Amino acid sequence: MSIDMNQFLQTFFEESFEGLDDMENGLLNMTAGEPDVEQLNDIFRAAHSIKGGAGTFGLNSVTDLTHKLETLLDRLREGESEVTTDGINLLLESVDCLRSLLQAERDGTEADPQQAADITTRLAAMVDGGDGDSSSNGKDGDDAGSTAAADDGSGPGGGWRIGFTPEPHLFMTGNDPLRLLEELSELGEIQVSCDSSSLPALPDLDPEQCVLSWTIDLYGDVERQAIEEVFEWVEDDCSLTIAPLELAAGDTTTAPETASDPQAASAGEPAGDDTPQKPAQQSSGGNASTSSSIRVDTGKIDNLIDMVGELVITQSMLNELGENFTMDKLEKLQDGLAQLERNTRELQENVMRIRMVPISFAYSRLPRMVHDLMRQLGKKVDLQLNGEETELDKTVMEKIIDPLVHLVRNAMDHGIEAPEKRAELGKQETGTLEMNAYHKGGYIVIEINDDGAGISRDRLLGKAREASLVDNGEELSDEQVFDFIFHPGLSTHDEATDVSGRGVGMDVVKRNIKALGGNITVNSTPGRGTRFAIHLPLTLSILDGQLFRVGDQVYVVPLISIMESLQMQGGKIKRMAGTSELYEWRDDYIPIIRLRELFNETGGGALENELMVVVEEDDRYVGLHVDELLGQQQVVIKSLKSNYRPVTGFAGATILGNGTVALILDIAGLLELAQARDEVLTKGANN
Amino acid sequence: MSESASDKTNSVATTQQDAALQGTVGDGDQYLTFTLGDEEYGVDILRVQEIRAWDTATPIPNTPPYVKGVINMRGTIVPVVDLRERFGMETLEYTQFTVVVLVKVIHGDRERIMGLIVDALSEVYGINEDQLRPPPEFGTVIRTDFIRGLATMEDKMVIVLDVDSLLGEDAGVGGDGD
Repeated sequence: MSIDMNQFLQTFFEESFEGLDDMENGLLNMTAGEPDVEQLNDIFRAAHSIKGGAGTFGLNSVTDLTHKLETLLDRLREGESEVTTDGINLLLESVDCLRSLLQAERDGTEADPQQAADITTRLAAMVDGGDGDSSSNGKDGDDAGSTAAADDGSGPGGGWRIGFTPEPHLFMTGNDPLRLLEELSELGEIQVSCDSSSLPALPDLDPEQCVLSWTIDLYGDVERQAIEEVFEWVEDDCSLTIAPLELAAGDTTTAPETASDPQAASAGEPAGDDTPQKPAQQSSGGNASTSSSIRVDTGKIDNLIDMVGELVITQSMLNELGENFTMDKLEKLQDGLAQLERNTRELQENVMRIRMVPISFAYSRLPRMVHDLMRQLGKKVDLQLNGEETELDKTVMEKIIDPLVHLVRNAMDHGIEAPEKRAELGKQETGTLEMNAYHKGGYIVIEINDDGAGISRDRLLGKAREASLVDNGEELSDEQVFDFIFHPGLSTHDEATDVSGRGVGMDVVKRNIKALGGNITVNSTPGRGTRFAIHLPLTLSILDGQLFRVGDQVYVVPLISIMESLQMQGGKIKRMAGTSELYEWRDDYIPIIRLRELFNETGGGALENELMVVVEEDDRYVGLHVDELLGQQQVVIKSLKSNYRPVTGFAGATILGNGTVALILDIAGLLELAQARDEVLTKGANN
Repeated sequence: MSESASDKTNSVATTQQDAALQGTVGDGDQYLTFTLGDEEYGVDILRVQEIRAWDTATPIPNTPPYVKGVINMRGTIVPVVDLRERFGMETLEYTQFTVVVLVKVIHGDRERIMGLIVDALSEVYGINEDQLRPPPEFGTVIRTDFIRGLATMEDKMVIVLDVDSLLGEDAGVGGDGD
């Protein structure tokens, strides 16, 4: 019986990618000349477990590379070699290379063998030559690497002839020759001929017996071991011959990869020195593919088990109660139901907590990117990551990574100035890029602060005027001006660079964050720096809601946005220009939004003694006039856009206890709606 | 408690659907037909997810008037469109015969479920591709790209609709997906 190795393989890949991330982080924290033995040990351990796993699954390219990597790390650890910047960069490149090898294995695609060979040679050179210059070794390594790859355990010419004659009882063992052939075809190009000479006449045929045998010609650079592994499970149930393929003159064309490989690879990599850029891009591309599994703290699971236990007890209690129920037990029943409600709520909260992961997951790819960008842009940046333990929903996390990466790239490119310029301006040569993450209310806030050039308000306003986004002479608040940075096609940089500046991206950043139900704001002081603040909801699927009625419809407003619900006092209702209505609330005048009007419901009259819900959005307060307040309850957020489209003013919908649908308000969108309506009204009034 | 309500609607719907299915006429691809006034319209039956009796929908403020709102289809939120209003026909009060046909709309790689409010269900016809006549290029109030073709069935004209373009992104119903 064959075991499904795939499930283990999946785990191996996940663990290996995590290990690679750890190695990368360790390497980035290392400084040349000052080896930290503890850190080296960690890196070594990560490399070692990848090697072990790769060995088990027969990923020889990975094993070989990690082995060389270990040797070098071991020398560094023992203090036999010195830790140099080149050394660290080479190790980082090896990590990239390992990552792309593993990605290729996972996705079933072809990895670039040249890259691995190149790295292997350079690693070997560094081990031999102590702290040898990596780039020159790299160039020498090109040739050495390619010859090594050609010799490395492959057939003498580039293929194998495999004779496969299974025993008649092969099918009984659960093996299928077709599957074996498919696996072989993954190794390289195959030509299969089938020997059906022992096939009996149809009446004598026993379909459960395997009477066929095959001869397979496998072309390509395949190791004998790889072929043996394919047949690992049927070894005892067949006679197998594997012999190198006699390379006839005509066969060269069928195996072109081996012949042209060295040239192709060396042509693809013209400058050995520039390699770090390439692997870095590969790695960021690969990281985008997110795995669908999640690692959960055992404590969280134990909690869940306890809770389910309690739920079972409550259930059996209610069951007993229900079997011979009399009215005098009513109070007991109510207690039981209250307990059930508490259990359910706790269970729900804890299940949601499983989806929460610390933000360090999103942070993890930033140090490497900053490291690479520093080299590319010739800038000095000190990256500070704070609040790594802050947890947020995994889905939110996955979707926030790209915007974060984009913002950090922007800050590196436009924000922080070159060291010379900084010195000129009297700043420290090394710029600071600080990331903070913390919880605030029901939101998580992620801040990105840089102490770079900042955004010039006037220039941005000028650009906005050029693009006719603002009328000349119209006065705007700082907030409104900085918001233009998110406008598609608007870039304050006159020249686009490789890294950023084409005016695309910031609008995407904003859109992505909006799609998550979040918000982004900018604040900047020219010469002092820029601060981006992202507000994101903790979770996407459940919220505590206040139900209320407008007209015939029930709506839900997130409890966290509610400041107060009150009955309006006549004396506190004020008017402006006859139309706008304000309410005096906590020494402030806040606008009143009549939801009836906004939702195109009829009716509406005097506001006195009517109900108002004061909500907060982004430090702005508004009063929502509602018809009736209903209960508070947790609601499951359902998407409106999955079958329809996003609707301004509504974050989604939910299904109430009676099966009907209620819409969930999105305060930010609601304000937009109200503002748009006001603008229409004002235009009408002024014309 | 919501279960019992939806069970009831479902059972009503299945009887209607069964009745319609038994009356299958003709070969070829099967189309479920329904009526709007005297006119008979058809949709590819493979796209039909569910048929249910009209029940209230939750209106969404500030959407086109033919979008009657959203309903709960076993836990998912599904918009319903009044086909009469979509075609600019005279509106009719909803009765016990008013039916919501939930269809799958495919647009690009996006699949959505939407409900069509129609007067009543009619038949299931098998219509061959070659029986479909192109719609006239003018003289119809319905945009021609909403119509896959016209077919004659038992002396009646059946207007076969293309649900993907009718309810697709550019038809004012879909809009920007993300």
